[in-house]
Amino acid sequence: MTDSKHHIFKENEVIRIRDLYKSFGDKHVLTGIDLDLYQGENLAVLGRSGTGKSVLIKIIIGLLQQDSGTVTVLGEDVNSLSYPDLRALRLKVGFSFQSSALYDSMTVRENLAFPLKRNNKSMSRGQIEKTVSIVLDAIGLPETIDQYPAELSGGQKKRIGIGRTLILRPEIMLYDEPTSGLDPITSTELNNLIVSVRERFNTSSIVITHDLTCAKTVADRVAVMDDGNFIAIGTFDEVFSAQKGLVKSFYDYNFIQ
Amino acid sequence: MNSTNGKSEKPLITGKIDSFFLHFYNIFNFIRRLFREAVRPPIEWGEFINQCYQVGYKSLALVTVTGFITGVVFTEQSRPTLSEFGVTAWLPSLVAIAVVRALAPLIAALICAGKVGSSIGAELASMKVTEQIDAMEVSAINPFRYLVVTRVIAMTVCLPILMFYNALIGCMGSYFDVHAHEQTSLVAFFDNAFTQITFLDYTTALTKSIVYGFTIGVVSCYQGFHATQGTLGVGKAANISVVISMFLIFIEEVIIVHIFNSIR
Repeated sequence: MTDSKHHIFKENEVIRIRDLYKSFGDKHVLTGIDLDLYQGENLAVLGRSGTGKSVLIKIIIGLLQQDSGTVTVLGEDVNSLSYPDLRALRLKVGFSFQSSALYDSMTVRENLAFPLKRNNKSMSRGQIEKTVSIVLDAIGLPETIDQYPAELSGGQKKRIGIGRTLILRPEIMLYDEPTSGLDPITSTELNNLIVSVRERFNTSSIVITHDLTCAKTVADRVAVMDDGNFIAIGTFDEVFSAQKGLVKSFYDYNFIQ
Repeated sequence: MNSTNGKSEKPLITGKIDSFFLHFYNIFNFIRRLFREAVRPPIEWGEFINQCYQVGYKSLALVTVTGFITGVVFTEQSRPTLSEFGVTAWLPSLVAIAVVRALAPLIAALICAGKVGSSIGAELASMKVTEQIDAMEVSAINPFRYLVVTRVIAMTVCLPILMFYNALIGCMGSYFDVHAHEQTSLVAFFDNAFTQITFLDYTTALTKSIVYGFTIGVVSCYQGFHATQGTLGVGKAANISVVISMFLIFIEEVIIVHIFNSIR
């Protein structure tokens, strides 16, 4: 499929999830999820807190293991990979944490350079510095380079967190609640950043959110999750034209309240 | 759907006993992984040196003060008994034997368990609960090798050095006290002190401090790396790291002393 702004290659699935189950004790978090993410696509996964959205992307990146079902990322079955192979795959998949998860003891420069130094031993100090500057320019925060995470605002931390994942030039981005806890103006800036990341870095993305403005701005498709499974998948207009049940509640809360 | 999905597995014995043995199994796996990762290149030299600085250099002041006071106090406490028998000349060798065989390894280890063990436990636990360890994982960095292996090796390497330094400072403390009371020269004091210490004494002390260092490193890293319950878990990890390390150090002390006494 070709979008007016960018290309989505529907014949090319970068993430393919089939019949995915995950439970924690008696709590069934994911109950038979099927999902495809196409190359060049931004997909927003919506749902109430505790419905398993973050668990889903943690399984995709291999931080959690599913009970059953398959998760294929860039053609690799995540569950069957050895640890070195999983690390190789993670180089191609960026993960932006809800809490940003910046390293407290490092400056912004060191936070960004750290994954690069560890994964590209052949890069010179000058090349690393240059790459850090490019990414900081891309996320619009070059002035924070020598600051520590404790000196940054919530929005700045989120942007630096995204920058730290972009520095490895991933093919897929997974955003966990990128706008949670931010004011509307900063949220808009974050949404614009997610859109520009796709344009500049040619990524495909899954955005976990419960912010419909975020979903509407960044996503080509949205998937609404409830009780461990998707209750609606489609474009924003397709999903929210139905206006019933949980979907309606979501819409009403975000746009009418 | 997998038939086992969603079903909570029944405990084999009882929940608590199961989790007790599971805990041991996890520790065994942790140590096995530690050895496996430690011998696999590349070695994280930068972080290892940083940790040696944190463990060794930053503990020097505390080790110096406690070592000196131990030497002085032990000498002061021993003098009345020795003088009853008219053998105060034995003070240097008595102090040296006590310090090298028992006091220095134990004091250096307890200081490191309290100061460094709690700090490692809290640091790693804080990284765990704020998802910084997960952030390393998803950046294709091996956090176990970077955080755990470097800290455990630094503890294991630095504690013997701190122990010998502590022993030396303890003897110096004793010398100042002996010099003040018996006007003994430095050369005579150390000549007397070290003639009674055998190679086996040094080996015992070295073995003890290597084992203690490894224990503190493993316990504090394990507690930090497996922290849960948010900020509560950070305090808990720091606290448990110290308590378990000290407990294990005393048990190891008994075992090592028995082994070396049977050789002696």
